[in-house]
Amino acid sequence: MSRGGAGRARRTRPGVRAPGEPRWVRLSLIGFTALFLGVVLLLPLASIFSEALAGGWRACAASFSDPAARSAIRLTVTVAAIAVPANLAFGVCAAWAIARFDFRGKSLLTALIDLPLAVSPVVSGLVYVLLFGLQGWLGPWLARHDVQIIFAVPGIVLATIFVTFPYVARELIPVMEEQGREQEEAARLLGAGGWQILWRVTLPRVKWALLHGVVLCNARAMGEFGAVSVVSGHVRGKTNTLPLHVEILYNEYNTAAAFAVASSLALLALVTLALKTWVERRQDRAREEAQRPADDDPGRTAGTGEELVYVHHA
Amino acid sequence: MALIRRRTVLPGFGLTFGITLTYLSLIVLLPLSALLVKASDMGWSGLLATVTEPRVVASLELSFLAALAAALINLVLGLALAWTLVRYRFPGRRLLDAAIDLPFALPTAVSGLALTAILAPTGWIGTYLEEIGVRAAFTRTGVVIALVFIGLPFMVRTAQPAIADLDRETEEAAASLGAGRWQTFRRVLLPALVPACVTGFTLAFARALGEYGSVVFISGNMPGKTEIASVLIIGKLEQYDYAGAAGIATVMLAVSLAMLITINLLQRWAGVRQREAGA
Repeated sequence: MSRGGAGRARRTRPGVRAPGEPRWVRLSLIGFTALFLGVVLLLPLASIFSEALAGGWRACAASFSDPAARSAIRLTVTVAAIAVPANLAFGVCAAWAIARFDFRGKSLLTALIDLPLAVSPVVSGLVYVLLFGLQGWLGPWLARHDVQIIFAVPGIVLATIFVTFPYVARELIPVMEEQGREQEEAARLLGAGGWQILWRVTLPRVKWALLHGVVLCNARAMGEFGAVSVVSGHVRGKTNTLPLHVEILYNEYNTAAAFAVASSLALLALVTLALKTWVERRQDRAREEAQRPADDDPGRTAGTGEELVYVHHA
Repeated sequence: MALIRRRTVLPGFGLTFGITLTYLSLIVLLPLSALLVKASDMGWSGLLATVTEPRVVASLELSFLAALAAALINLVLGLALAWTLVRYRFPGRRLLDAAIDLPFALPTAVSGLALTAILAPTGWIGTYLEEIGVRAAFTRTGVVIALVFIGLPFMVRTAQPAIADLDRETEEAAASLGAGRWQTFRRVLLPALVPACVTGFTLAFARALGEYGSVVFISGNMPGKTEIASVLIIGKLEQYDYAGAAGIATVMLAVSLAMLITINLLQRWAGVRQREAGA
């Protein structure tokens, strides 16, 4: 990280051409970045809120008192309330097995955990239809026992779990691998049991990574569209989540209501971003604090290392 | 346990490994194998017949080409954005940096709705595009724009750490040996960024290939023209054509798997290179 050191160094050493782009390149890149991100990211976001409030606050609020909207909110929250804890528990288990033990097939297992990220959302939904649908493997058996999974809430929950499957695990595994197992082993040798180690040693050290994963997992769970769209069957008031409700309103040319409901999801995304940024900052700080004692070696600290280079050149 | 390679005093391997494997099998592997079984039931000729149907070919072609175009645009744009956000300090940088993840955090249906709203001929941007003769909404251009939007964070977030890790001393050495800034960038910095670029490109491509929510509103879904593969899968399902849907899905899954394997190999290759450079 430069922390502005390069700029200052250049001014003090006019003889040496320090690396850095010419001023006009820097300014045009910054200008481009601001303009591009403004137009491509912030403008669409602004348009949602602008369209949502086009008919005034009251019309916007009315879109949420509709029974179908209420049931969509309830279903979205329910689905997230099942999918997120399930994947959280799985993530902790997987991270414990993968980051704390060496076993055969570990890299294959890690790759398989990431698999749902590479699968199209629509295909994720489709595989459940092929498994549980009437024409599928288990469909006829399920129908005989009067269990409905596809075009019902269980299917929505399963598809959501599938698409959010790796979120917690892939946050925890690298962090726990980086930390090493010495502290847990020490705790074990001092007589702590497995649960004690997990609650007292492991989880406190990975809490920010855990929170990061949960925040992302929740955002995806509440906002998932493609996978849920395939398995839901779009039964109004029963199997519509918020994103599906938005689509139905939009297709019925009820644009104002569609954008009003969409704005609540956009708000969720903004809260997610804010939380994520905050957690990342805490994570960086925690990592810096953990590394501080090891930073006696001056060559390894970014700030002092850079200054040393300049001193050396001078 | 025979599986374990190195012994440790830590408990819980059997339990956590068992839970991980069971959960993975039930949630991911079993449903995916249902697709493979369906595809193998159809046989090669059946599979080939479903995916060579003109409408299917057109949709797969559009999905691939649009994803490829979007990933290439993201490669260049993402590298420029990541460079600016890592190397320069300017007011508002942190806000812009946080905003990069917006397409990731925003539900895809909401992104699709918003992009359609601003790119429609009467929208905030569509009006101006119309004046210069470009129509974005309900065309292939719109599909690519949506895919660029959705893939951007993958490229930027992969490039950022790689740019931050660049060795400043090499850069200084190149400069003091008389290399110009552009020369240094092209000959010294860019080669070091290649693994990150390829990974970011692949991630953005994989994401764009299967994308549904952000595209379905803006594309207009005209069969043979602006209908992408994932939209066609849903169309087939609505007509109870399960074999047709499974055929398209198999092709897409095969490509996704190839992508995943590529990324894993690349990361291993980059890791080896880094270790060699460090040694």
